[in-house]
Amino acid sequence: MTPLLDVRGLTKRYGGLTANADIVFDVNEGEIVGFIGPNGAGKSTLFDLITGFQPPSAGRVLLDGHDITGLRPDRISRLGVARTFQKLKPFLDLTVTENVIVGALARTSDIKTARDRALESLAFVNLLEKRNHFGRELSTGQRKRLELARGLAMSPRLILMDEVTGGVDQRSIAGLIALVLELKQRGLTIVMIEHNMQVIMRLADRILALHAGRPIAFGAPEQVRSEPAVVDAYLGTVDDAA
Amino acid sequence: MSRELILQAVISGLLMGLIYALVAVGLTLIFGLMEIVNFAHGEFLMLAMFTAFWFWALAGLDPVLSLPFVVIILALAGILAHFGIIRRLLKAPMLAQVCGTFGLGVTLRAGAQFLWTPDFRTVANPLTAGRVQIGPIFIGQPQLITGGICLLSFAALWWFVTRTETGLGLQATSQDRQAAAVMGIPTERMFALGWGIGLGCVGIAGTMLSTFYYIFPEVGTNFALLAFVAVALGGFGSIAGSLLAGVLIGLVESLGGLLLDPSYKTLIVFVLYLAVVIFRPHGLFGRF
Amino acid sequence: MSGSRTDMLKTARAEPLWPRPPLWVSALGATALALLIAYPFIFTTSFSQHLMILILLYALMAQSWNVVAGLSGQISLGQAIFFGIGAYSSTVLFAKYGVTPWAGLMVGMLLSALAAVVIGVPTLRLRGHYFAIATLLIGSSVQIVFQRWDWVGAASGLYVPIERASPWFYLQFHTSKVPYYYLALGAAACGYLAVWKLRRSRLGFRLQALRDEPDAAASLGIAIARHKVLAFMISAAMMSVAGTFYAQYVLVLDPERLFSAEISIIVLLMTVLGGSGTLWGPALGAAILVPLSEYSRIWFGGTGRTIDLILYGILILLVCMWRPSGILSLLEERIRRRAGVP
Repeated sequence: MTPLLDVRGLTKRYGGLTANADIVFDVNEGEIVGFIGPNGAGKSTLFDLITGFQPPSAGRVLLDGHDITGLRPDRISRLGVARTFQKLKPFLDLTVTENVIVGALARTSDIKTARDRALESLAFVNLLEKRNHFGRELSTGQRKRLELARGLAMSPRLILMDEVTGGVDQRSIAGLIALVLELKQRGLTIVMIEHNMQVIMRLADRILALHAGRPIAFGAPEQVRSEPAVVDAYLGTVDDAA
Repeated sequence: MSRELILQAVISGLLMGLIYALVAVGLTLIFGLMEIVNFAHGEFLMLAMFTAFWFWALAGLDPVLSLPFVVIILALAGILAHFGIIRRLLKAPMLAQVCGTFGLGVTLRAGAQFLWTPDFRTVANPLTAGRVQIGPIFIGQPQLITGGICLLSFAALWWFVTRTETGLGLQATSQDRQAAAVMGIPTERMFALGWGIGLGCVGIAGTMLSTFYYIFPEVGTNFALLAFVAVALGGFGSIAGSLLAGVLIGLVESLGGLLLDPSYKTLIVFVLYLAVVIFRPHGLFGRF
Repeated sequence: MSGSRTDMLKTARAEPLWPRPPLWVSALGATALALLIAYPFIFTTSFSQHLMILILLYALMAQSWNVVAGLSGQISLGQAIFFGIGAYSSTVLFAKYGVTPWAGLMVGMLLSALAAVVIGVPTLRLRGHYFAIATLLIGSSVQIVFQRWDWVGAASGLYVPIERASPWFYLQFHTSKVPYYYLALGAAACGYLAVWKLRRSRLGFRLQALRDEPDAAASLGIAIARHKVLAFMISAAMMSVAGTFYAQYVLVLDPERLFSAEISIIVLLMTVLGGSGTLWGPALGAAILVPLSEYSRIWFGGTGRTIDLILYGILILLVCMWRPSGILSLLEERIRRRAGVP
């Protein structure tokens, strides 16, 4: 079976600095793959390379067997790839509903249909009560949910989530975990960058561990967790919640 | 095309370029510090020229003598502009920043036109008047002295920014505002200083220009456009870049006017701008 | 999903798709519309009609800037380029080939849209300030070119040949300003209707997304470069219509005036004052600044030319410092918040 996402030897160099080197992994349809690694390990850069926001210096990215390396980000997203950003980017001067409508408009040109889709998406992330507020009025946690809702409204096949639990309080984390599991139930393929070990151990089918831009382990969570290189990189046990 | 003519064009282009550079360095300092493009920059140059003019017309003070006064007045104007206006604009979206400084420029220009009429004015018989002959080339003494003063100003600026603690503070704030603030460098004061120095440079350029250039309310517009090109070419935020780019633009303008129709010389500079920003967006030394 | 959430969803779905403005706003709007239609019969002096024609014309031009900057976030300081192209296209076609200005209008729009592509493709990929400066420079360059181009009259400009017969064919009216008034009203109405539809369309949403966060927009399937150019083209076409109308109204073309930075600046000032990104902001800005300009010229005579600019400048400065989103943003925000969508 062809993996939905297949990354082969992805590398990114900036002059003398290597942000990503020889990244190899794959994601099967319906799977959740987590990226872990200390800050500066190159996780977000990897997202940029996969989604076309930065061109790789070497390597290939295949989506469902098709080479999408170096394509423009909007082309890649139209192929069914959604993403959230670590540095949140809500449309500040649009209302929450309008924000998500933009996502839904990737699939339809009718505003009414788009709005219905948007409202469903907002209901899913539990942001309906803020639907008429403007993007700039939301708290960080709400903005994260907004980005998620926006991406989901595109009805993607694959979603890349960048630190979806970052800055979220403990109580809400359980809700987020349930949300991600629900998405998986619905057949969505998910790649998540996560610092919170509890969350990633719970959710991921496989984990890619990065350190200084290089992959140091890739496989089932328990296997990766006990990998000596991974333990080293984290300076201690990997059981700490972020 | 005689060699003399070309040499003449090169020299006058160089000298004019030094003025463009000095005007541009103010722009680049301000942008490097707070990422605001001062669309009123040309109008401040015009104000400097008029200030020098009125010192001469009303108090009989030659521009060379009124230079320190004009510089102080412009520097103060810069600091005032920062505290009064720019500080508010910093919090606004980019559109408001562009329109805000633009509006300021429009007000100053129209104000000058209202107060002093659109008439062209000159400072007659400045102290620096005369011509200098170097080989077969004749150079106006005011232009030559102006060029020299511009170079001196650059040297002084460079020394200040790299050798003094305050100057280093400016560099730090310009490179990483938050880090500099954490280290105890007062951001607000650095911003105000940037405006003060930036407009001080404009004060020097304006005063020296008044010794040989026509003075009128619209005079700032063209200088500003050329300064924008210089800043883009040299790199937003780079002092050395402004110097090199300014001189380059002066040369291109002068030689272009010689080899092609003089009325197209500004067009050539504009094409240069487009070529630069499209093929080398960061300019020669810029970070943006 | 919990019961309360499904209830909320049902409520949300039932909300009107487009917000209803409060009753007083609709009443005001209806009154204004009625007044506009009846205007030339209420205000019969040539000056008052001229004033309103200018307001309508500038309202259209300001709206053009609103499309590219207020809605799409690209700060163009060179809208005068398209104004001039519109004016020159129809005039050259008429003066040299006898083509009716109606066709000239279409050609002008086409040429302006083309110019927008030629200018926009290399420059729109630049960051905000760089693009703004580029448009300033290109505007200045275009002005210089037209001032030297002999075929279009160079610095002396062109005269629109006077025709007293068939005024509607030649689009010239010499006995009364009233037809000009309704033409201006029609042009402005078309422009505003188009933008009204635009804001409720997929394109409109996408342009605003591109304005607010280009990266996020790209991640949602929006081709950034293409949309920027599209917005630029639409605004260029609107500006061109205004240019053709202006040529037929004043019957003389002066490249210094037509391509002046002043026009580029004024349409910006009007929109920012009234409310950049709103539908009626440009009209409000025009309604404030045009009378200000005309009356200051009357009261202060020759120097009135500069007094209005001083006032404009100060107004803009104040707006940008205290309320950068303009006068109408407050109202529009409240309306948008009431129901789900713009």
